[in-house]
Formats: sequence, structure tokens, C-alpha cells
Amino acid sequence: MASTAITAGSEPVFHLEEEHAHAEGGSTMLGFWLYLMSDCLIFAMLFAAFGVLGGNYAAGPAPKDLFDLGLVAVNTTMLLLSSITYGFAMLTMDKGRVGATQGWLAVTMLFGLAFLSIELYEFAHMIHEGATPQRSAFLSSFFTLVGTHGLHVTFGIVWMLTLMVQVARYGLIKANRRRLMCLSMFWHFLDIVWIGVFTFVYLMGMLR
Amino acid sequence: MPESLTKFIFGRLTLESLPLHEPIVVVTFIVVALGGLAVLGAITYFRLWGYLWREWFTSVDHKKIGIMYMALGLVMLLRGFSDAIMMRLQQAIAFNGSEGYLNAHHYDQIFTAHGVIMIFFVAMPFVTGLMNFVVPLQIGARDVSFPFLNNFSFWMTVGGAILVMASLFVGEFARTGWLAYPPLSGINYSPDVGVDYYIWALQVAGVGTTLSGINLICTIIKMRAPGMTMMRMPVFTWTSLCTNVLIVASFPVLTAVLTLLALDRYVGTNFFTNDFGGNPMMYVNLIWIWGHPEVYILILPLFGVFSEVTSTFSGKRLFGYTSMVYATVVITILSYLVWLHHFFTMGSGASVNSFFGITTMIISIPTGAKIFNWLFTMYRGRIRFELPMMWTVAFMLTFVVGGMTGVLLAVPPADFVLHNSLFLIAHFHNVIIGGVLFGLFAGIAYWWPKAFGFKLDPFWGKVSFWCWVLGFWFAFMPLYILGLMGVTRRMRAFDDPSLQIWFVIAAFGAVLIACGIAAFLVQIFVSIRKRAELVDVTGDPWDGRTLEWSTSSPPPAYNFAFTPIIRDNDAWWDMKKAGYRRPLSGFRPIHMPKNTGTGVILAAFSVALGFGLIWYIWWLAALSFVCLIATAIGHTFNYHRDFDIPASEVAQTEEARTTLLVAEGARA
Repeated sequence: MASTAITAGSEPVFHLEEEHAHAEGGSTMLGFWLYLMSDCLIFAMLFAAFGVLGGNYAAGPAPKDLFDLGLVAVNTTMLLLSSITYGFAMLTMDKGRVGATQGWLAVTMLFGLAFLSIELYEFAHMIHEGATPQRSAFLSSFFTLVGTHGLHVTFGIVWMLTLMVQVARYGLIKANRRRLMCLSMFWHFLDIVWIGVFTFVYLMGMLR
Repeated sequence: MPESLTKFIFGRLTLESLPLHEPIVVVTFIVVALGGLAVLGAITYFRLWGYLWREWFTSVDHKKIGIMYMALGLVMLLRGFSDAIMMRLQQAIAFNGSEGYLNAHHYDQIFTAHGVIMIFFVAMPFVTGLMNFVVPLQIGARDVSFPFLNNFSFWMTVGGAILVMASLFVGEFARTGWLAYPPLSGINYSPDVGVDYYIWALQVAGVGTTLSGINLICTIIKMRAPGMTMMRMPVFTWTSLCTNVLIVASFPVLTAVLTLLALDRYVGTNFFTNDFGGNPMMYVNLIWIWGHPEVYILILPLFGVFSEVTSTFSGKRLFGYTSMVYATVVITILSYLVWLHHFFTMGSGASVNSFFGITTMIISIPTGAKIFNWLFTMYRGRIRFELPMMWTVAFMLTFVVGGMTGVLLAVPPADFVLHNSLFLIAHFHNVIIGGVLFGLFAGIAYWWPKAFGFKLDPFWGKVSFWCWVLGFWFAFMPLYILGLMGVTRRMRAFDDPSLQIWFVIAAFGAVLIACGIAAFLVQIFVSIRKRAELVDVTGDPWDGRTLEWSTSSPPPAYNFAFTPIIRDNDAWWDMKKAGYRRPLSGFRPIHMPKNTGTGVILAAFSVALGFGLIWYIWWLAALSFVCLIATAIGHTFNYHRDFDIPASEVAQTEEARTTLLVAEGARA
């Protein structure tokens, strides 16, 4: 069978003379993408569960009785803004400006915390009204889907804090840039998931 | 101590949780405890702890991790098989009013544990171990993409296994069947710890499996030696790639569905309950969306093993390489489109059932193509009937029967009759034993010399082979017949005495399989004793075709002194034909990852977390969760994870091999 032989002179060459270095972290981006896709599947399952159970109110409260779209709009804005500011952090990182990167990360984190606070307020309010996760299958799937997203944001904030400490200690070295890039993907991914939540849970819920 | 304090410290764990009233469990515990103490004592006596910790437990070397996975699979096989033979014995004697020797409480745990252990802690570790060991060698890589993650994944799998084993002696295991369908697995019908053991064991192990899937995909995509295009990858690597794609695309579904079940049990949500709008059938759908790809996760790598073995031992290039690759990919995709065939009787209606029946039947086409490819590879080949080849032929004969009964079950009207019967049990054991297990034994016999530098003893291998193959046919053909007669699965006692003879035959088959397992253990023991006789210094004992046979056996830590360049499929065959000479000078320092104990520690905290959650010991759960996160974060502060093997050390290792090869050449 014909093969594109890599030959030097007449003798076929079967090995590299130099050490064949796979760049450190060369697989990280692919690996992180794959991880994100696996996480995406978890959300897909939760969306599917909400799709099946979202109308099962069990004579309990329905979305119209519970959701305050104004509040959710503010919340969505917080998260979307945090994605923009994370983008700024990445831009300043590319320019190698440690202080500005840290600053934008801090702003991102504040937006993230604002998002979480509003979400917790919303949850507390609903539970206070008797709309607990145990009340109906609709509420079980609502709290699980939105709560899982919230847990991811919490995890993202802990991660961001860790990275800020590491950037402060070791600067914008290659490993740290790679880590910031991964967190960036994670953060934007959560944004996209939230757009799904906002659309399918809140907006479509109001139409139900 | 006041009751509230005990409750705080121990949760719902009390002295009554220990199954002291079950004599069988007590005796098992004593045996296991004595055996365990003997092993631990021996390790201490021979001062092996340091060696094991430094060279194995903390190792990030894909070869060592692969071997540890295989060891885990073997240990758990003994446990899973004990469950099997206990069930066979019970069913063989529980006739004519006899209740057998197992009470219902115990029997139900046994059939659940048997299924869970065999799938998650025998087949999965075996398959993952094989892929871990072989894939980087086949693609000419030094290690996997994420070596630390690999070690962590392994220990998480061990963690899951530890939780399952703990359930035998502390509390109980689930009594729900291996997929724990609600509402039976809900808190109302299973208030005890059994289902919680099930949930947390699988969650802990599932994390490991998902991560090792991501790791191996990255390895295959990113770490191939120069010249190895996708269509020059060995078939085993191809099937591993497809398997790991399936893992990453299906295990999150399991994680999600088990989390929902856990929420129902712990928080009182209503996902799968009968009231408040819950929907138990959603659980069945979701878990089979994971479950069907899972069976292909198990079988695909073994299709790869059979491909390698057939072409090596027929001395021919694999027939229809391209079609083999496409068949594998088609099976990968189709495996997502058939899940509903596991519950045709749910009542989805004729159209839905027809769709899933037809997609199921279509899978037999690429699978059949594979069988023909293997047959045509053997056709006019110089077949050497070494042990791996024997397993391969046994597989082809056995698996085809399992495949055809599968197509029978894919016909919805037939399935309405056979659903939940022993016919189904016979079918899936037919494909899992005849496919996965036979493939694993072929793979173990084939790659053992690569891993350890000596072959396995062929005599005991053949004893094991014949016991297994005959044992399988004796054990499961009666189940087909019983299934056709309408006997349902998971029965503890029977009324109709005319059925007993079939169960006795099946039990005889199980005894034969027990002999097969014993012979396999003897084979390993004898081979280690006779390793000087069975030694192979060439690194290529079978006249192999793929890259792993080009390096020494066992391979050095860095696998290849120089990264190979690939010109053809069957790279090593091509190198041999083109008069390849091993380079003897010009070695460079080699960059390698450092060992780390973090994986073990993280997995240990995960087990503690799981145990705390199972027994409602909330302080333990909270504490271990905090420790888990802290350790993980702490680990990221370690930036110095690799080192260089100096060129002199590489030269030394390679020179030692040269000396051996020269001595071998002189002897021959």
C-alpha cells in the first residue's frame, strides 16, 4: 500500500531525532471543551426533566403565581454583564496587565455575587410563599435546574478567587493564562445555559 | 451518652446496622477479614508499603494505572461471581416447597449487587485498564494527556468499589435490581441505606469514569506520533476512541439521573414519585439513555482486541480496516437511538416501539460486518491457535448467538412475551460474557507479556478457557429455554418442579465457570513462578503489527526512547519489513510527569463524603466535602508537576535492553 513515506535519503526514517515535546497544557483546551460538553449534558437532562414535569403543578402554584419577570430581568443583566467584564479581563490579560486583569476579575465576581444574591432572594421568597421544592414536580424540577446553575456560578466564583490569588502570587504566567482561559469558557458557558433557563423556564413559563 | 448526641455522631448507623443476624454474611465477613489481614500483614512484613505507595498508588504512569485497574477488576470479579454462584445455587434448590438457603432480604441484595458490581466494578475497570495500558503505547505517546487526572480517576473508581464492598458488612445494599427503578428505590419503599449505598458508590465511581473518558479522548486526538493519521490508527485505538466518546456523552446522564433520585430521597422532591406530579417512567427513560450506550462502552474496546488478535495471529493485515472503523462509528451513533427497547412494555404505542425496534435491528448490520471482517482476515491466513486466538474464535461462535437473540428481543411483539424473563438474562449474559469477558481474557493473554515481560502459562490458560466456554454454555442455554417457557427473572423460589432440572444444569455451568476463574488465578500464579521459562526479551512475542510491540517488555517509564514516525497502518509491521534498526545513541532527556498522592487523598475524602451521606452523618459529610475542596484547590498551587529523565538514564535503560537482545540473539 502506498504511503507518504517520510524519508531522508534512501533509508526510511522511523523516529524523530529531537525529543518530540507535546507543549505543556496542549490538550487542556480540548479537554476542557469536552468537560463543558459533559456538563452541558447534565443541564440537558435537567431541562428535559423540566420539560416533562414543568406543567405538573399538583394543584400548587404555577409560574404565573411565582415569577417576577422584572427581578429575573435584573438578574439576567447581572450575569450578562459579568460575562462582558470577564471578556475585558481576558483582553487585559492578553496585554499582560496584571492589575487591570485582577480588577476586571473582581468586577466579574461582584456581578456574579449580585446574581447569586438575587437568586437566593427569589428562592427564599418562593419558599416563604409555600412554593418549596417538595410542593410539586414542577417546583422540584424548577429548583433543581435553576439551583444547579446557581451552584455552578458559586463554584465559578470560588475558582475565580483561587485564580486571583494565584495571579497575585505568580503573575500572568503561561499556566495561569491557561487557567483563566478555562474559567472564561466555563463562565460564558454558564451564561449560555442561563439564557436557556431565562427563555424556557421564566419566559415560556409565563406563557404556560 | 444521650440519644441525640449518638445520633449526631453516628447518624443512623447503629450496632443493629451490622448484619450479625445473617450467618452467611458473618462467615463471609470473617473470611474476608482474615484474608484482608493476611494481605495487609504480608505487605507490612515484607515492608512493601513504601514501595507500593511510591511506585504504584501515587504513580501517574498510564501503564501502572492500567495494571491497577485490571487488579481492581479481578478482585471485584471474585466478589461479583460469588454473588452469581450463590444465586445459581439458591435457584437450583428452591423447589418443592423448599425456600432455599437465602432469605428474600438477602437474595434481593445479591442480585442487585451482582449486576452493579459486574458492570461498574468488573467490566468497566477491566475495559478502562486495558485502554489505559494499551492506547498510549499504540499511538507512540509517552503518557496520557492528563496523567494526574488518570491517577485520580482510578482512585475514584476504587472509592466506588470500597463503598459497595462496605455495604456488605455495614448496613445493606439495594434490593431494587441493578438500575434501581423508582418508586421501589424511592424513600417510601426503600427507606434503608441500600439505595443510598448504590447512589453514592456510582456517583463516586462515575466521576472517575467521566474524567478518564475525557482524558483518553484527548490522548488519542492530541498525542499521536507524527504520521499517524486517524485512518492509520490501530483498530483498538479507534474502538477506544469511540468508547470514550460514548463515556463522555453518556455518564453525565447517569450522574444527573442519580442526583435526581438522591434529591427525591434526601430532600423530598417529586421527580420520580407517584404523587405531586412525579413521573417514575422518566427515570426509566433517563437511566437507559445512559444504560444502552453503556453496553457499547463495554463491548467496543473488545471488538478492538479481537481485531488486533485476529490480524496478528492470522499473520495478515486486518480485512476491511476502513469498514471496521466505519462500523464502529455507526455503532457509536446508533447506540443512542435504541434505549427504549429496554421497556417496550411501557406502552409508548406502536409507532414509537416500531422506531426503536427497527433502530435496534439496524445495529446488527455493522456488528455483522465486523464478524465477517474477522472471518475474512482469518481466511487464507496462517492462523496460530495461541490462547488469545482461541478466545477470539470462542467469542465469534458465542457472540453470534447472543446477537441473534438480541434481534429476536428487538421485535416488540416478541419482547412483550420475553420481557423480564430469563430469556433476556440469557441474552445479555451471552453478549457480555461471550463478548466482553472473552475479549478481556483474549486481551489479557495478548498484552500480558507486554506488561510484565513474560508470557502466561498456556496449559492453565487452556484449562481456564475450556471451563469458561463450556461453563458459559451450560449456565445460560437453560436460561433461554426457561425464558421461553415464561420464567421471570429475579425469582427466589419456584412452584413448578419440572423446571428444576434446567436450574440444576445452569448451576453446573456456574461451577464450571468457577473452575475457569480458579484456573485463571492458577495460571497467573504458575506464570509468575515460571517467569524465567516464559520470558520474552524481544518485546515482540507474537510477531505483532502495532507500535506497542516495538518497545521493550515491560516498556520503560517513557515508553519510547525516540518518538516513532508512522508511515502505514500496522506501523511496527511496516518497520520490521523495512529493516528497522533500533537507535543506539543520540538519546535526549525526556520530559515526564511527577507522581502525586493527591488522587488517593481526594478519593479517600470522596469515600468519607459518600459514607457520611449514606448514614446521615452530616458532620462527616460536611467535613470531608470541605477537605475535598481544600485539597483540590491546594493541589492547583503546585506548579511543578514534571521533571526530565536525564539522557544518561535513558541511554542506560536502552543499553540494558541492547545487552539483553544481544544475549538473546546469541542464544538463538
